[in-house]
Amino acid sequence: MAITEKFVGQSVLRKEDASLLTGQGSFVDNLTLPGMLYLAVVRSPFAHARIVKVDVSKAREMPGVVGAWSGEELAGEWAGPLPMVWPITEDIKTSDHWPITRDKARFQGDGVAVVVAESRGIADDAAEVVAVEYEQLTPVLDLEEGAKDGSPLVHDELGTNAVVHWSHGGGGDQGVFDNAPVQLRLRYEAPRITPSPIEPRGALASVVPAMGEFTLWTSTQIPHIARVTLSGTTGIPEHKLRIVAPDVGGAFGAKLNVYAEEALCLALARRTGRAIKWIEDRSVSYAVTAQGRGVIHDVEVAATEEGKLLGFRVKELADMGAYFQLLTPGIPELGGWVYMGPYDTQGYWYEFTGVMTNKAPTDAVRGAGRPEATYVVERAVDALARHVGKDPAEVRRISFAPSHAEAKPSLMGLQIDSADYLPAFERALELADYDQYRKEQGARRESGEVKQIGIGLSSYIEMSGLAPSNILGALRYAAGGWEAAQVRCQPSGKVTLNIGTSPHGQGHDTVWSQIAADELGVHPDDVEVLHGDTSISPLGMDTYGSRSISIGGAALVVALQKIKDRARTLAAHELEVAEDDLEFRDGAFRVQGAPEKVRTIPELAASAWTAHDLPDGYEPDLTAIATWDPKNFTWPFGTHVCIAEVDTETGATHLLRYVAVDDCGVVMNPAIVDGQVHGGVAFGIAEALYEEILYDEAGNLVTGTLTQYLVPSAVEMPAFELDRTVTPSPTNPLGVKGIGEAGTIAAPPAVVNAIVDAVSHLGVTDVGKPATPERVWNAIREARGGGA
Amino acid sequence: MIPAPFEYKRADSVDEAIQALSGEPDAKLLAGGHSLVPLMKLRLARPSLLVDISRLSDQKYIKEDGDAVAIGALTRHHDVANSEVLQELCPIVSYAAGEIGDPQVRHVGTIGGSVAHADPASDMPTVLVALGAEMVVRGPGGVRNVAAGEFFKGLFEPDLATDEVLTEIRVPKTAGRGWSYLKFHRRAQDWALVGVAALAQNGSGPSVALTNMADRPVRATGVEEELAGGADPAAASQRAAEGTSPPTDAFASAGYRQELVKVLVRRALEEAQSR
Repeated sequence: MAITEKFVGQSVLRKEDASLLTGQGSFVDNLTLPGMLYLAVVRSPFAHARIVKVDVSKAREMPGVVGAWSGEELAGEWAGPLPMVWPITEDIKTSDHWPITRDKARFQGDGVAVVVAESRGIADDAAEVVAVEYEQLTPVLDLEEGAKDGSPLVHDELGTNAVVHWSHGGGGDQGVFDNAPVQLRLRYEAPRITPSPIEPRGALASVVPAMGEFTLWTSTQIPHIARVTLSGTTGIPEHKLRIVAPDVGGAFGAKLNVYAEEALCLALARRTGRAIKWIEDRSVSYAVTAQGRGVIHDVEVAATEEGKLLGFRVKELADMGAYFQLLTPGIPELGGWVYMGPYDTQGYWYEFTGVMTNKAPTDAVRGAGRPEATYVVERAVDALARHVGKDPAEVRRISFAPSHAEAKPSLMGLQIDSADYLPAFERALELADYDQYRKEQGARRESGEVKQIGIGLSSYIEMSGLAPSNILGALRYAAGGWEAAQVRCQPSGKVTLNIGTSPHGQGHDTVWSQIAADELGVHPDDVEVLHGDTSISPLGMDTYGSRSISIGGAALVVALQKIKDRARTLAAHELEVAEDDLEFRDGAFRVQGAPEKVRTIPELAASAWTAHDLPDGYEPDLTAIATWDPKNFTWPFGTHVCIAEVDTETGATHLLRYVAVDDCGVVMNPAIVDGQVHGGVAFGIAEALYEEILYDEAGNLVTGTLTQYLVPSAVEMPAFELDRTVTPSPTNPLGVKGIGEAGTIAAPPAVVNAIVDAVSHLGVTDVGKPATPERVWNAIREARGGGA
Repeated sequence: MIPAPFEYKRADSVDEAIQALSGEPDAKLLAGGHSLVPLMKLRLARPSLLVDISRLSDQKYIKEDGDAVAIGALTRHHDVANSEVLQELCPIVSYAAGEIGDPQVRHVGTIGGSVAHADPASDMPTVLVALGAEMVVRGPGGVRNVAAGEFFKGLFEPDLATDEVLTEIRVPKTAGRGWSYLKFHRRAQDWALVGVAALAQNGSGPSVALTNMADRPVRATGVEEELAGGADPAAASQRAAEGTSPPTDAFASAGYRQELVKVLVRRALEEAQSR
């Protein structure tokens, strides 16, 4: 029987949750192989130090230790350095990044030697007795000082720490920055943050020495990219290297990377002939896993006296950290296309300088570039509103770009797929009772209450769905941005999808099943979704940049269309009618005018499998494969409103309300989209109020555990009030846009704007991020002229 | 993540625990483990021997005893927080216990473990100092009682010899006295940036003690003097930072804490007076 029910657009429960929520998932650390050894990395306690001598002899003598090696001793293992695949300018200065450093330790946590042992405890014990002699060097910690001539150098051979400068080149009329009636100059800083997935990283490498074959189970977002790049680092031929991403417990960009420990597990498996496991501790995660943000922006805003925006000119300093990881130099540039926000401006300028420092490397963290940009734009819009004496809602209202349903060129040079900013904005204000809170704010100011309230707005546009391959090529990225899907209709009526995206919490199993179910007339429970294993899903570009549904989903739709085309041919053959006489309706092929003549896709799949009676030249088995290269990014947008209460005596902030109205095009599964917004907003609130990586003046990590690095919990979150508008994307057949990062992009300025708004009548114009009680308290005190 | 190697012994009685501790200066008692085990996993604590007393069920109790309520050292924070005896006779203790950590911590961590750890950022020591509670300590030589004000000698430094066990905490009944414990923290599960325990004047003098304002929980003697002299909370609280030496750390500066404490003391006194 054909399934006539439609599933796309329904909040179908997540298929993957049954195992994940009952402890039956399989993560890297759940995996055990016979004879498995454990890797421990000896890490530098110093931010910057020359390695004088590494003595592993004591470790080698410990019972249970199988081997211990310095970076120098492992030098022969590498066919190349760790990958950096985005050399964004021709004159970018790069140096080789080896899995274990040989000459200098360049940040606290840099690996200087390794130990493998029969147990994790023995490996840790042995790592403690590796004797490393260091000559301490002055660390580079400050972005502005580090960029200057004469600064100590992170990489001596590069001659500078300012290793990359990228300029967008400008769009529109640069004259607005000199001629506009209102010109503001502002500076914003965003500290470093760390992604904190619940499951830290981990890797397990196995080897079949006789065959030279390797398998690496790794907690990664990118099995496909890891395969080709780790082949380059280790010299293991690509066809002899299988990468498996089992259940992955969150990533947030942390696992959009290829790390030293993955290469080490492979190389040491090759060296010992045994399986090698490495599991990251939380404190190691905070010390060495790629961090995000760490930027300083100098902003010029041009506007009319009424507060209509005319342009943003932005110069950014970005902290690259000690080494380039996979995408490091390209991350600021990902924000470089949205420094106009959803506004209709006349002049655009963006450039950044990347500076190496003696801190952990930076790379993509949820939002990657766009949170940085949106923070600057939305904080600046509020500053403009204060400057011209207008309600920040009104300044936005008169500045929004007009709506469009088809792709339209933007001032910044790319095309925006579709847009309709005002309805989402007005809906957000309505849902938040904006006018009522303005009145209450006035009343509290009037009566001078200790607790003042503020309203924070954030209207954003972001660039998701990475990415059209031709644009990536033009931007000097080393790979494409296409995606792949394979569909096989099984003889028993079940359907197997092998997809190229690699989820780590997103719910792909559910949504891909919904799409296939609707197209094929089957139930989602009859669809199996396979991914995250280069042997099972050999094609694909993995999951990051809110790309999976708009590119991977599109590839699936094309593959399903191929299946249906082939099924139609077979149905026509079996029903002895012309293909044109068939319509696919209510989940089956039906002969027009003869409704009793029906063939379902499961029936046709069985016929295609037995292959007893196929049309001439028809290939047996109902299977199809497709790839999809998008013509454009997708451009989600929306408006978030935060109502905050600030205790003016202590500086404490309490969030009273949080409203988000997002537009991610057509929605496949509302519950999953809501979940992404919840998680994204929580991530953004964390960035606005709590999370900050701190190093001391010697380059020691101060926030090295979950005690000091404040990841908030549900208790700290307000209830999220969500709504949506739907502006379909013309870029893909589903009409979808990404939603995985929108909350993270929108929330920080909404929250900080609310705090500043709460105390602006006291003279406060800015509060640093995260807006800790002390920072808020200091801002109030300074505005009042130093006396509390 | 993996602690350095250590020996492990489970004690079936307090006496057995004392015996196990004797002659092992690097031994540590294991109760709820919520202070000790994280330090061991970071290899910041490296005890040679863990003496596990967590299953001594006769050390888990809350009972009225004359003018005091006696709390067995192995009583879980959760049980302290939900004790009807304490809620009636000494509510500041049950309230403060409910402010410790998060539910998981409160179900495993013990009042004795928290007190013996002597972390100046912990809530319960401050409350005990404000109350003038008594600690009952047993060692090879017998039992001694120590006033809370003397028990906390410094940072992580309780008045406990390496072979002594804290067995009981005795808190005075406070029925009729207004009270307040204000904990200022960034996240619900965090230690206090600053905490204030206040017990209003009522026959016995007013008392105010501070969390995380020195290397141990301290009385705000300046504030107490002002209150005894008839000052109102706003005036008295101006002396809240007197004599304090709070830390500057990842969460806040010492200077901010010294300003914050004045606000919190005023609010705590106002709340205590209104209760």
